[in-house]
Amino acid sequence: MTTLRIDNLNVTFSTEAGPLHALKNVSFDVPENRIVGIVGESGCGKSTLINAILGLLADNGSVDGGSILFEGQDELTTLPPSRMRDLRGPRIATVFQDPMGALNPVISVGKQMLNIQYRSPLSKEEKLNRAVEMLELVRIPDARAALVRYPHQFSGGMKQRIAIAMALMMEPALLIADEPTTALDATLEVTTIELLKDLQQKIGCSVMFISHHLGVIAELCDDVVVMYAGEVVERGTVRQIFQDPRHPYTARLLECDPARQSERTRNLPTIPGEIPDLRARPTGCIFANRCDRVSDACSAPPPDKDIGGGHIARCFVADTPAETGVTA
Amino acid sequence: MLSYFIKRLGLAAAIVSVAMFLLFCMIYLIPGDPASVALGPRATEEMRAALREKMGLNQPVLVQFWNFYIGAWTGDLGDEVLSGRPVTTVVLEQLPYTLALIVGGITWSVALGIPLGCWAAVSRGSWADRVVGILSVAVIAVPSFVIAIYALLIFAVELRWLPAIGAGEPGNLGDQLTHLILPSLAVGLGWVGYIARMVRASMLEVLEASHIRTARAFGLPDRTITYRYALSIAILPTVTLLGVGIGQMLSSAVFAEIVFARPGVGKLVYDAILTRNFPIVTGTVLITTVLFVLLNLLADLIIGALDPRVRSSF
Repeated sequence: MTTLRIDNLNVTFSTEAGPLHALKNVSFDVPENRIVGIVGESGCGKSTLINAILGLLADNGSVDGGSILFEGQDELTTLPPSRMRDLRGPRIATVFQDPMGALNPVISVGKQMLNIQYRSPLSKEEKLNRAVEMLELVRIPDARAALVRYPHQFSGGMKQRIAIAMALMMEPALLIADEPTTALDATLEVTTIELLKDLQQKIGCSVMFISHHLGVIAELCDDVVVMYAGEVVERGTVRQIFQDPRHPYTARLLECDPARQSERTRNLPTIPGEIPDLRARPTGCIFANRCDRVSDACSAPPPDKDIGGGHIARCFVADTPAETGVTA
Repeated sequence: MLSYFIKRLGLAAAIVSVAMFLLFCMIYLIPGDPASVALGPRATEEMRAALREKMGLNQPVLVQFWNFYIGAWTGDLGDEVLSGRPVTTVVLEQLPYTLALIVGGITWSVALGIPLGCWAAVSRGSWADRVVGILSVAVIAVPSFVIAIYALLIFAVELRWLPAIGAGEPGNLGDQLTHLILPSLAVGLGWVGYIARMVRASMLEVLEASHIRTARAFGLPDRTITYRYALSIAILPTVTLLGVGIGQMLSSAVFAEIVFARPGVGKLVYDAILTRNFPIVTGTVLITTVLFVLLNLLADLIIGALDPRVRSSF
């Protein structure tokens, strides 16, 4: 079964300078028990995607077209707010990017972990035991004593682990992790990733892992969705995307990963140009203005080409493998 | 915690000392001889000289200040000019009435201001938000003595719902409370506006915070998020504001006590100024300064109790 199926999703924000098309025809699946990585540079619509799934879009944003089907039965785009609230937490749990600010500063950790179990029929003592159990699972030392402490008394890495413990305590069907390791230093990042993978297998949930760190995605995920300017330009398994990128953007993105540089260089490769203004999207390919394989055909909307085995790229030339660019 | 408290008490003592110095300078520089005032126009020069001697007005300025300073710390603020009673006793007799008025004013402003501010923040941009915004500015703009007079005219004179003057029968708590309603409203109404605006602004800020997004992502009910997760943080600047605001409420209390003919330090200091009863003026100002400094300390301690981050820095 597919935990989350997003089909042709469109999200628009109304701004003073006219409508901003933040997500355009976004489609991908999060299959059961798999970790799907969403990758893309800042402003590519990753956060909008999460908010659309959680029903937490800002007041000026709206879903206009497409569907988000959860566990094959709940259409999240039309679900009434009260039903949506029942899904948030117990069925779809989220870990956000900013570990410093993700926990309420004036409520103790134990109280916060107790509060989010408000739907549970367990007694207060049982709920607290569960909280301790989860904190131990994410390796918070002296978990019982941690309950009466406040967020500012923990380090950033510990706070992020507490946030993960809170999310997984709900035993969700889908865990959304929004750049959970971006604010952490490299060593903490590795342990947090390992912990996340470990717990995912223990609890058996699907994970939507948002990151701009390609190494982390390759390490952790089963499938990858590459986003650019609010569109899914390519999706497939980790192997397909990393070994055989078909969209020029994916190919360039992989080239830009410093970890992939085989020799020492002073100049890290970059993708020249900028993301186009989303208030005035080009009718053709969104990446055309930065693409090195651009042709006249690109002024028409590119098709989602199926390369086979679930590997799909939104590009006219996706049939031929992208040139592995010259490494500077 | 204890060291923080001691540090803050030391600071409070320093503030009070500076206030004493300024107060002494002010009184010293005001033209007019307290001895002549006390004795009236028919007193002889010898009588005036004798009284000056008794009040220590002939001594060098620094000695006068030193005597005043040491006396004040030991609770001796001199004797009143007219009746000769100790100033400390006179002021402390009146203080409970003013304290009740201030506490009443704070109660009004908190009880109305916080819910209104919350409501405005939660329904941002709606008609409710706009009405609260306009009313807040209106009550801030209208001076408290105007509110006092109209409250008196409407509720006491026209509608006769509430008593007009006095502080109520001593010992009869219910009567004293009904006498407190209108004057404390006059003192606190402007602060309803301040607090509503303050709470609205800080609520809007807190509601944007990422921990609120986390709370929403866990599906917590809106009520829990607004009151337990957001308001508990948004309330903190309001407590500080109230601590400072007590100073302004003390001056509003002067008007309220005059309009409603209530006893209290405001009325006391007003009468003392008219009769040039300087020891009373000095004593009242000093005691209210101490009160103000202590209430601010209390506000800081309340913030410590509400915010664990502040508490751990104590």
